Parts: sequence; C-alpha cells; structure tokens
Amino acid sequence: MLTAGIDIGAKTIEIVILDDGKIAFQNLTVAGYDVRESLKKAWEDIEAQSGIKLDGIKKIVATGAGRKDTIYASDTITEVSAAAKGALALNRDIRTVVDVGAEEGRAIKVDSAGKVMDFAINEKCAAGAGAFTEAMARALEVPLEELGPLSLQSTQAVPMNAQCAVFAESELVTLVHNKTPKPDMARAIHDAIADRIVSMVRRVGLEEKVMLIGGVARNIGFVTSLKRDLETEVIVPEDCEYVGAYGAALAAAGK
Amino acid sequence: MAKYPTEPLKLWNKAKEIRETFYRNYAEAHDKGGIRWAGGAWTFDAVPAGLGEDVYSLTSEPYGASLAFNRKLSLECLEATENAGWSRDLCSYMRNYWGSIIINKYAFGGPFPKPDFIWQDHICCSHAKWYQVVSELEGGIPMWCVDVAAGGCEPFMGLSPARIDYVAGQLLDGIDWLEKTTSRRFNDELYIEACWNDFRSTHKWAEICLLNQAVPAPLDEKSMYSLYVLATLQKSWKVIADFYEELYKEVEDRVKRGIAAVGNEKYRVISDTQPPWGFLKVFRYLEKFGCVSIGSLYTFGLEGMWNYTEEGQMIPRAMPDHKPKDREEATRMLVDWHLHKPEYQHFYSPKFKSDFMTAIANDWKLDGIMLHYNRGCEGLSLGIAENRLALQKAGYPVMTFEGNMGDEREFDEARTMQRIDAFMETLGAEQLEE
Repeated sequence: MLTAGIDIGAKTIEIVILDDGKIAFQNLTVAGYDVRESLKKAWEDIEAQSGIKLDGIKKIVATGAGRKDTIYASDTITEVSAAAKGALALNRDIRTVVDVGAEEGRAIKVDSAGKVMDFAINEKCAAGAGAFTEAMARALEVPLEELGPLSLQSTQAVPMNAQCAVFAESELVTLVHNKTPKPDMARAIHDAIADRIVSMVRRVGLEEKVMLIGGVARNIGFVTSLKRDLETEVIVPEDCEYVGAYGAALAAAGK
Repeated sequence: MAKYPTEPLKLWNKAKEIRETFYRNYAEAHDKGGIRWAGGAWTFDAVPAGLGEDVYSLTSEPYGASLAFNRKLSLECLEATENAGWSRDLCSYMRNYWGSIIINKYAFGGPFPKPDFIWQDHICCSHAKWYQVVSELEGGIPMWCVDVAAGGCEPFMGLSPARIDYVAGQLLDGIDWLEKTTSRRFNDELYIEACWNDFRSTHKWAEICLLNQAVPAPLDEKSMYSLYVLATLQKSWKVIADFYEELYKEVEDRVKRGIAAVGNEKYRVISDTQPPWGFLKVFRYLEKFGCVSIGSLYTFGLEGMWNYTEEGQMIPRAMPDHKPKDREEATRMLVDWHLHKPEYQHFYSPKFKSDFMTAIANDWKLDGIMLHYNRGCEGLSLGIAENRLALQKAGYPVMTFEGNMGDEREFDEARTMQRIDAFMETLGAEQLEE
C-alpha cells in the first residue's frame, strides 16, 4: 500500500512516499510563489522518475506551513507532530528533536512512546532560522553552501551581540571594518543561531538523545555550533530535510 | 451530532444592555445633572458612590478592552499615542485610552467625555502614571491615588490590621478629598450599600465560576468575558449585584439540565491573562477540536473573590456575616475584601498564582492550559513563565502563545492557530467534522 507525506515549507516542498511503511521515493522541490504549480510539477517529476502515479497512493497527509493549502492531502498534521513521528521512526532513543527550517526553528520533547510532551517554536525572529544564514551569507559575499565549512576554519569565537537579524547584518559590517577574519565571522553567525535554538531546547528540557532535522541541519557550521552549545552529541540523519514529510507519510500509513 | 445539548444564555441581552447603559450614563452624566469620574477597575468604586446616586464612572481597563475589540479604532488610538511620543512597549490598555482622548473619540460614540475627578489606585506602575497623563491631556483634573501594595493575603501572607489600616486610611482621607473636590456631602448610607453590593457582586461571580466545574461546562470563557466585565465596570452598583444573582440561578439551572456551552466538549482548558481582545475567535477555533476554555484565573479571580485553602482548593469567599455599621467599618471591610483578590497575589510571588492555577486545573478537571504571553500587560504577565513550569511540574500540558491584549499588531493569528493545532495534537484532539 502506498502512502505519502508532503511537507510544504516556506522555501521547499518535500514529498516522501512509503510502500507498506518503507520509504519508496523522496522528492524535494523549490516551493516558489505558486505552491500549487510547484506541487503539480513535483508529482509529475515523481511519476517520471519512479513510475509512481498520484492516483495509486492510498492516503496523503500534509504538514508544514502550507499544509492546509493543498488539494492533494486528505489530512494534515502539524510540523511538531510530523517531526516527532519521523525522528522517532528513524531512532527510537530520540527524546529531543530540533527542527530548523528556513523560517522557523522548533524544539520538541518526546517520550519513549513518541508522544510530544512539550514544544517551543521560534516564529517571530529570523535570527533563529535558515533565513538568517542566507542573509548573512549574502552580507559576507560567500555562497550559502560554503558558509558552514568556512566557519570550521575559525580560530576564535567572536560574539555577535545583536539580537535581531537586521541589526546583526549591521554588526557584521562593523566586524568587516575591524578586519575580523571571515571564518571567525562565519562562526559568529552560526553561534548566534545556535544560541537561540539552544534557548528553546533548554526551555522544553534537554534530554538525550538529540536529533537535528530540517534544511539547516545540512550546515556543518550550525551543527558544530549547536553541539558545542548543547554540550552533547547531536544526531543528524542522512536525509534531514525529509524527516517532516516522512513523519507525515507515517501518519498517512496509520503509524 | 453534538454530545451535549446547548442553548443560548437567556440573560445575554440583559448583560449587553447593562454594559451599554453604563457607558451611556458616563457620557450623559452632566446632561442629567450628575458628575462623572474615571479610574482603574480595581479602584474601590464603592467609595465615590457615597457622593450620590447620580455619580457615574468610566473604568480604565474595560474601556481599553472595548477599544481593543474595535481594531480599526484601536489602531487610530495607538498610532495617535505613539505619534505623541509615547513608547510602544507601554501598557496597551493605557495607550488605547490615551489615544481615545488625543483623537477625542469615545468608543461608544461622540467626543471623549472628560471626567470631573480621577479616583485611582496604584496597582501597577502603569496605573500609577496612567491618570497623571490623563489629567495632563485634559488640562488638569483633580486626582486621588491610593497605594495598595500592602502585601498578599492568607494563606500566602498575612493581612495584618496595620496593612489594612494603611489602605483604609488612604480611602478615608480620600473621602474628605472627594467632599472638597466635588462640594458634595458624603452619604455614609449610600457608601455602606455600595460596599455591600460590591461584596455581593464579587462573591456571586465566584459562585458562578464554581459552577463551571460541572461537565459539561455551562459557560465558556469567551462568553464569560461579556459577563465578568460588568463587575469591572462598577461592582458596587446594585444593578450588577442583582444581575449576578439572576445569572447564578440560570447557570445553576443549566448545570442541573446538563446544558453545555460547547456541545461537543471533550477537552477542557483554561487560558491566562487578558485575551487578545481583537482575536477572540481563537476561543471559537478551539471548539473545532471539541475543546472549551472553561475560564482562567483572570476570568475567575479578576473580580471574583476567592479563598485558597491549605488543602489546595479554590473556593468562593464567603459573604461578610453582617453589613458594616459605619464609614470606618465599611472601609476596613472593603479593603480586607479587596486585598484578598486572587489577581493581587502574584505581585508578591509567582508561586501564589501557580497555586491558584493548579487548584483550578485539578478541580475544574482540565486537560491542558494555554498561557497568553501578553506583551500588553506587564502586571498580569508577571511570573507567567514560572507559572508554566509549575503547571508542567503538576503534570499538565501547557502551551504558550505570544500576543498583546490591546495591540493587534503584536498578535500573529496564523501562527497562533498553528500552535493551537500542534497543542491539540499533543492532547490527542482531532479536528471534528463541520
């Protein structure tokens, strides 16, 4: 039986298709302005690449910011539940899930049965989400995919005092004028996001093991800063940006 | 099909009429040869009632809430206040109120009616400055302000005779001031009657809230806002005391017949602090999940008078066993009564409020709590993060949402609904069919 989960985020759409509960196919598309068009194209790509037809899927559950705006899903679950489901399915020892996407960061505490015990969401501040790294990469004139590796070359911690992503950009200009090495500035950027995320994690209560998911988990600089701030190991699954969609697909499969 | 029968409140329209009359009376006070005053809703309104039966009031917080409910007018008021130089992080009721004066628009039509005197109490830093600014904006209005920081009540702290004397002394001095300011003779009989009505209103409101322990709850919090507000307008007015007695009978009858506020009630929650007045639809949204907010410490205890027992229960405070015999006794009884208000206690320690909230969670059979991190009121938000921890420690799921009771620009409706969706999932609630 085929089921699917769609995670409609601010920047990207992930689709995970399960066949009797096992991952059969995954697809990532840029969300773009017209999400409906993007979804339509995504399904066409899936069929072209895997042969799986949309009408062959028994149930589809949507999650993400745009979950209520899709005609393809018969049901929805929130990102919190989807992330918890997906993370625990990947590793039953996970008790804290950190989900950092383009526009939101979430800290989720789960129990051994997978029940969400508490959650915290950073939704008003770009300085705690992927949008911050994008803005800072532009300010540093470094391609986004190089920002993380660059930060690993840092030789000293430079504090970023600004609480706000907009002011942080101004602060970055000051650091540039002070001839601060680029790797150190790159590390400062990741430390700043990590600080905000860790604050949320401590709010719900840190309990090992910790899994980091979402698109920002691909950023090795952020992962390093997060581990340092949490003072614990952080598990990053291979397909970290698909975990929400995977959780939604599991919900569709009744798991 | 709904799980429980529902029916509208019979007294709903009467509640609305009383409120409209209150605001109309204030505006038309001079036309009737009367006088009018303004001050906070906690401000011992029984005292000015001793000046005559033609004395009308405008209490600040419910007026601020009325403005906030009208989002278009509220934005005009808020922007006028900010353009005049006041900071956006001040109390949002206060900013709405000042703006109403600055643009000279009364929320109930016509120009803003200037009070003859101000009768205020210093319940928080905002209230201390609120009417100083009002007086300045209106070209100077006589003002009396009572400091009420006398400590919490039993069993948390002790209201000693000296503490009661501290506040009562200011009220008694205030009576002399009122006579001089208004050139009216203070009538002790009217005052004693007003005190007694104050006790009646606030005792009876607590008894009504107690009825919400029933399953299904006969009242939901959104409806309760339109009912508790009457006590914030003028709890010493006989009309309101009588209304609450009538309301109690109707709600008691609803409990006997199993009439629910929300027909598909499956999950019960409380909220905390003032709600975002421009977005009360949040409470209707809960109903899509079979979830009802059955009240809050704010709705129960802003006006209702309660005792907190050593067994950890919240029970309505018993009426005094006799009417006061003279001015001094009336004043001491009034102060003793009011300093027991639950919403005073957390100013002394967040633990006191946590105890009240946990008692509500236990006895009103809650499934969860929704805390409004209300940026518009530092006073009632004081210690709310501690309350969250205490409630979680007591085993209750808690969600928080950010907002502002009186500034719609600080409430993100879409994101808040998403948080509610996530919280409902953690409770195991699903959206019911339409």
